[in-house]
Amino acid sequence: MIRLSHVTKEYPRSGRALDDVSFELRKGEFCFLTGHSGAGKTTVLRLIHMAETPTSGEVRVSGYSSTRIRRKDVAMLRRKIGYVFQDFRLLQDRTAAQNVAFALEVTGARPAVIRAKVAKLLAQVGLASKAQAYPSELSGGEQQRVAIARALAHDPLVLLADEATGNLDERATWGIFELFRSINSAGTAVLFATHDLDLVRKSVGARVIELDHGQIVYDSATVTV
Amino acid sequence: MTYSIREALAAFRRAPGLAGLSAALIALSLFIVGLFGVVAFNLRRAVERVESRVEIVAYLRDDADPAAVELAQHEIEAFPEVRKVYYVSRDEALENARRDLVEFRSVLSDLDVNPLPASVEVRLWPGQRGAGAVRAVAQRIATYPFVEQVSYGADWLDKVYLLRRVAGAATAVLGGAFAVVAALIIGAAVRLAIFARRDEIAIMRLVGATESFVQRPFLLEGLLTGLIGGVVALGATFGLFRLLSGTVFALEWIPLEWIVGGLALGALLGVAASAHAVRRHLREI
Repeated sequence: MIRLSHVTKEYPRSGRALDDVSFELRKGEFCFLTGHSGAGKTTVLRLIHMAETPTSGEVRVSGYSSTRIRRKDVAMLRRKIGYVFQDFRLLQDRTAAQNVAFALEVTGARPAVIRAKVAKLLAQVGLASKAQAYPSELSGGEQQRVAIARALAHDPLVLLADEATGNLDERATWGIFELFRSINSAGTAVLFATHDLDLVRKSVGARVIELDHGQIVYDSATVTV
Repeated sequence: MTYSIREALAAFRRAPGLAGLSAALIALSLFIVGLFGVVAFNLRRAVERVESRVEIVAYLRDDADPAAVELAQHEIEAFPEVRKVYYVSRDEALENARRDLVEFRSVLSDLDVNPLPASVEVRLWPGQRGAGAVRAVAQRIATYPFVEQVSYGADWLDKVYLLRRVAGAATAVLGGAFAVVAALIIGAAVRLAIFARRDEIAIMRLVGATESFVQRPFLLEGLLTGLIGGVVALGATFGLFRLLSGTVFALEWIPLEWIVGGLALGALLGVAASAHAVRRHLREI
């Protein structure tokens, strides 16, 4: 479903961010992407989201190739990818429900469809009672739940999480992490970028890819124990 | 579409001063175009009225040979520009003068000798009455040896044409200059609107909105600004027209197609300026 083949990414100023990275993420898989900050985790996510194109190599996501994709198709591809950030990125002047609805609204969904879907998504992330609250009235964990509901709006094939628990206390971190696990068990693949090794250690059986200085130094899927 | 309309209207709420300034400048630019439009339209009507009466009069020498004159008459009538040729004898000329020049009737009645020459009056086809065509025909007629003098009011016609050209050029320069300023202001307004909504735009792209969807509210904002400017300009032009028309000149109001064209021009200006700014500044988000 997602395949990176010999991907190298260089930036004019900061130099090489990724160096010959290859891996595949299968449908419904849960995979940690670990490494120190600056190891290249965010670059991998941005390449999958086609916000960047590789300097060399190829990124393939759900049939689209980074070497051939047209601008118009990038929008269509992104409807198959949910993206969750450390800083939530919610619109502060809109309620939780409006933030989730926005994702559907801007892709042309009908109002009746939007209403039903928003209610279902907020219930799924456990925030049905706070639909009318503004982000400033919600805790960090709750804001991240709104962001996850928004990311799920188009029933994505994969959720990309970029340090999604980085701004949360331990209790909220586990709540959010459990939410990702339950979303994954319902069939959505998850690529969870984090430097929180505690989370990784406690998630027995999950696949782990470790990046260091832009290279994959460990991939549990290719290591036989 | 509802989203785009809502957001376009919200832009006016967010920065009413800038939106108002953009609309006012478009209005000013179109007001100038509108004023000259009224002037140009009235000049055109004046020219049309003059042209419909344009005729060339060739005054004949007293010793002109009637047979030669008649032959020439047929020749002139065969010119492609010419519709009809009339021969006016000396007696008829005096008769006409007595009828038309009422003030001189007593003088003309007491004459012992008829001082008026015979003449050939030439009427031209519509569309052949421009200054160039009239002059060309007149020059050909002047080559007949029995023609004393040809009169055709070309100087007057030339002046009207010149005035029309000057008015047109002034409209283009002044209207164009204000249009450029209006476009720059719209660009600034769009840039501000994009900046104010940069988080929203980033999220729109994140969740898979197409670029055309992202751009639409800004283009709509430009369209509305242009239309508002157009309507204000129309109102101002009409106000001034009423003011002048009743007191100084008898003016005619411009036709509906010109009004629709002016409004379309405003809308087009607004959209084009927005499109340019959107393409430039959305890349920065």
